[in-house]
Amino acid sequence: MVKRPMSRFGGDVFYAVADPTRRALLDLLAQGEEPVNSLAERFAMSRPAISQHLAILLKTRLVRARRVGRERLYQLQPKPLEQIYDWVALYERFWTEKLSALGEHLRKNREKRS
Amino acid sequence: MLWASTSGKTVKRDLNFEMVYPNRPEDVWRALTDSDALAGWLMENNFKPRVGHKFHFRSKSGLGFERIIPCKVLEVEKPRVLSYAWGNSGSVVTFRLEPVSQGTRLRLEHKGLSGLRGLALAWVLGHGWVHKIEQRLPAVLSNAAMQEAQ
Repeated sequence: MVKRPMSRFGGDVFYAVADPTRRALLDLLAQGEEPVNSLAERFAMSRPAISQHLAILLKTRLVRARRVGRERLYQLQPKPLEQIYDWVALYERFWTEKLSALGEHLRKNREKRS
Repeated sequence: MLWASTSGKTVKRDLNFEMVYPNRPEDVWRALTDSDALAGWLMENNFKPRVGHKFHFRSKSGLGFERIIPCKVLEVEKPRVLSYAWGNSGSVVTFRLEPVSQGTRLRLEHKGLSGLRGLALAWVLGHGWVHKIEQRLPAVLSNAAMQEAQ
């Protein structure tokens, strides 16, 4: 599994959602909470593979797990998906910061010259 | 001095900024096209001001999952226009410089942003997630969802 550092926006939602299996897991969990075994039954992949996908979703806080008896039930937490909408706003902030850094860079150059 | 506007009524696709710097256009141009200068204010890079040159920026801050942003120079018109393809999904960054009495007016346009995250956005809009998200989103987003679906 590819390991990725956490972004400063928490877990990386775009990365989490970029994978079709994880999108399918989120779609399933949108119907209600489920344990890993019943989730894994619906995919042509091993239970550990599904657990790894769930681990990524847990890290991004798109999914929460709670223990009931011997089972862990996974539950959808859709709030981080808002980041996908916020993404353009994120770029807006990015360029605002960068253009201000450019201003600072140019100011230092002026001082060097004078 | 700084303003940002958006075009389009749906999810924002383009960003526009305008700044006036008290520097000569040649100095601003150098800051935009010299690899070391760029690294100082924008990001680490292997940029060269040559049309067709492929380069990348390395982002430390984490914009989505793009930590390395592959780019390609599209237009170099010293000291007026610099444009490059940003990422792999059809987004384009253009800088336009214009001498003004106070120095240099810089216009920055970043176009085609929604394309970069088209997959994630289409999925979110297409699966009724709008209604599932706890915090109510602005009405523009559901309008965007309808327009995307058409």
